[in-house]
Amino acid sequence: MLLEIKNLEVVFPMRQGDLRVLHGIDLAVEKGEILGLVGESGSGKSVLSKAVMGLLAKPGRASGGEILFQGQDLLKADAKALRSLRGNRIAMIFQDPMATLNPVLRIDAQMLEAVQGHRKMPSAEARRLCIEALRKVGIPAPEERFLNYPHQLSGGMRQRIAIATALLNDPDLILADEATTALDVTIQAQILSEMKALCRESGTALVWVTHDLAVVSGIADRIAVMYAGRIVECGPTQEVLSRPKHPYTQGLLDSVPSAAQRGQDLRQIPGLMPSPSALPPGCAFNPRCLRAKEACRSNQPVMTQTPTGAFACFNPLSEGDRA
Amino acid sequence: MLQFLVRRLLQAVGVLAVMSLLVFVGVFAIGNPVDVMIDPAASEAERQAAIVALGLDQPMWRQYLTFVGNALQGDMGKSFVYNQSASELILSRLPATFELAVMAMLIAVAIGLPMGLWAGLKPGSWADRLLMTISIFMFSLPTFWVGLLLIMGFAVTLGWLPSGGRGETRELFGVPFAFLTWDGFQHLLLPAFNLALFKLALVLRMVRGGVREQMTSDYVAFARAKGVSETRIVFKHVLRNIMLPVITVMGLEFGNILAFAVVTESIYAWPGMGKLLINAITVLDRPVIVAYLMITVFIFIVINLIVDLTYTLLDPRVRTGGAK
Amino acid sequence: MSGNIPVTKPPFSQTPMGELVSDFTANPFAVLGFFGLLAVIICAIFAPYIAPQNPYDLMTLDFMDGNLPPGSTGGMGQVFMLGTDDQGRDVWSSILYGLRTSLAVGAASAFIAFGIGCIVGLIAAYAGGLTDTLIMRLVELQLSFPAILIAMILVAVLGQGTDKIILALVAVQWAYYARTIRGLALVEKGREYIEATHVLGFSHFRIVLRHLLPNCIPPLIVIVTMQVASAIALEATLSFLGIGLPLTEPSLGQQIANGYGYMQAGRYWLSIFPGVALLFTIVSLNLVGDHLRDILNPKTRRQ
Repeated sequence: MLLEIKNLEVVFPMRQGDLRVLHGIDLAVEKGEILGLVGESGSGKSVLSKAVMGLLAKPGRASGGEILFQGQDLLKADAKALRSLRGNRIAMIFQDPMATLNPVLRIDAQMLEAVQGHRKMPSAEARRLCIEALRKVGIPAPEERFLNYPHQLSGGMRQRIAIATALLNDPDLILADEATTALDVTIQAQILSEMKALCRESGTALVWVTHDLAVVSGIADRIAVMYAGRIVECGPTQEVLSRPKHPYTQGLLDSVPSAAQRGQDLRQIPGLMPSPSALPPGCAFNPRCLRAKEACRSNQPVMTQTPTGAFACFNPLSEGDRA
Repeated sequence: MLQFLVRRLLQAVGVLAVMSLLVFVGVFAIGNPVDVMIDPAASEAERQAAIVALGLDQPMWRQYLTFVGNALQGDMGKSFVYNQSASELILSRLPATFELAVMAMLIAVAIGLPMGLWAGLKPGSWADRLLMTISIFMFSLPTFWVGLLLIMGFAVTLGWLPSGGRGETRELFGVPFAFLTWDGFQHLLLPAFNLALFKLALVLRMVRGGVREQMTSDYVAFARAKGVSETRIVFKHVLRNIMLPVITVMGLEFGNILAFAVVTESIYAWPGMGKLLINAITVLDRPVIVAYLMITVFIFIVINLIVDLTYTLLDPRVRTGGAK
Repeated sequence: MSGNIPVTKPPFSQTPMGELVSDFTANPFAVLGFFGLLAVIICAIFAPYIAPQNPYDLMTLDFMDGNLPPGSTGGMGQVFMLGTDDQGRDVWSSILYGLRTSLAVGAASAFIAFGIGCIVGLIAAYAGGLTDTLIMRLVELQLSFPAILIAMILVAVLGQGTDKIILALVAVQWAYYARTIRGLALVEKGREYIEATHVLGFSHFRIVLRHLLPNCIPPLIVIVTMQVASAIALEATLSFLGIGLPLTEPSLGQQIANGYGYMQAGRYWLSIFPGVALLFTIVSLNLVGDHLRDILNPKTRRQ
């Protein structure tokens, strides 16, 4: 197992006391696997990926659990050990390509530091490596782009550069946090398929964090769905998409436009995700859930294992419900 | 680029014209130059002769044109006190003031920048709170009052540094400078530090604010995700972004330092053009006041122009054009 | 116009007053500044009652009490807490009267400048077009020159005197207010409730007076606080340079300058104590203003 998250808790200390945003997350990523991590904004999916990187925004901190990367607990690792992993064994791509590159530094400086921060390498060789990475992600005339400033490049181009930078040290794991959300739909599709091919080729595991189920359906091997700081369902992509167990997953699926439902109104999940400071008792989804029962309003559902995955619901959907 | 330059130059000429008008109206039209420029003991005939000689019997617009015409030739009248060309008098004092101002600027950046970094990297810490409170004191302390304390402390009580004057000078390109000799350098330190305090607080606050803002930016998070060390993030990524506004503001503040040198020069008996101005004001040596003003305005405009150009050269977004 | 027209008007400030007060008191330096300022104002207003002596009434001065160090007892048995000058003038009393002068000049100039700046700024924002451009060009031009330079020149041109100094200080400050008010007014002008008043057919004057101005007030308080501080400092500097207030009304700056001559002779109290009073006043104002700015600025506001 490449990455194993066990019972992870993350809190943000506030004036009124600790605000818990992740509640006992269990998640595993296998070597070379592509995992889609799906949830609405506020579900804690970004916090989860930042926690893995050790980059939680202050004053947030992990207050319990373990994040095992190749057997090493990242929560116990010191700053130096974490730094040597980041960008080297674990890389991350952010949402807004306009903001992730430093506007006053040229691309070469920003890519070279990712190589030379981790291994000793002659400058010329490092440059070749960077340009090769740029070529791999489909940047035309990489030698020229390499010497540009970020503002001279388009958003799609910048995101490709961020991806190339993440790939530089052949990491074992890449976390992509809404990496294509800010881009045009056509460029989004291109980048997705390129990412998939690149990861498959190098055997890199990929965690694709997004609010958009449609995006991960084409790329992920497995899907994990998050709601209000918990994972509510996970399993193989086909399984989750065609036979969701959790009503929330079903709700997400219903709100994706697809050819099968042409002509029908999209069904939206009623209500809003509760804020971490105002979680309802019981299952956090119960106020929005059409299938909620008495137990859902008082007790927290635990993960139920299935042959292929797991879900956390007292009243899961069965074959009959989906007909 | 050329178009930009031409437009800026035209603007500068416009400002110069407006300022010359204001100075003229202020000094010649509001006050009565006859009373000031002519010896009160002179007879009526002498007075009339002097009025004609000074052109004060001419209509206002003609007087202005004469004033501008003379000013363009560098002639702004003769000092009543020194009986020599006012503009030459000012220019001869310029190096001393420049030297003081540059030194003050260097001190402000050399101390303010690291302090601002320190405070900005640890927001809310005791160091941050302490530095911010100190900076309020630096803003609040009137320059002359700090000057008195510095002289009392370092010159009178401790005897470490001289209390006034410029000390020994050495010529560089034919211009005498104090910082080139040890004695002169010692004389320079106290007034320069005094003058620097206000700007030091400004740099401190600017850098602190900049660091706080930049450290939460996405590019810093991305750099961290690349495994870049915090030291490199601060000094290569963040500092680069902060230096741009700092350089711009410091450039613009340079003119301000020149003006405030008036106070410092008076306290430390530093023989610069500010000291000259104060003396001119107390004895109403108008040609010197006018010359000082016009030269200062000119310097201001040149500084603004240089700052604009520097900014253009430093910011890749402006320099390479096509910002999106 | 009756009072029951339903115009939705936002609250005086975006934040409720209670929260503002609690935010303000959270910073001990700000509270310190506030009480310091209060003390200074009380001292200035009631100087004739607090001061043991009227330093400008020559009848009360006794040359026998001259040059006494702090804490000395005079011929009449009175104690000179902060010492006396060579004419037997009580330094503490001089400071109280000087504070009165400094504060009055600073506050008067700031408020006149505030008034002029308000009018000019609102005209610029509300008229727009060429008027706006011309006014703002003038403002920018003036702001690009250091305050002290402009003040010195004006004093040189106008001559000395309390009214001239106030005039010079006003001339230096009005542009700050004009620029700020214009900026604030432009923001407020675009808001829906102002547009609503247009639709309702209110007169321009009424709109400006009743709706625009009150919403610009909170940020302006900050600027007034800081500007009073800088006006006091500027007046002190001019007086120190000998081109400020007339000798008959010795402000703190003048006392510091006069006392400085005696400093090397060991009579430190003549210069140091007025300096401390001046510093205390300015620092108090700045502490209050600085913190007010922090809590009124949503960007730096604590979560």
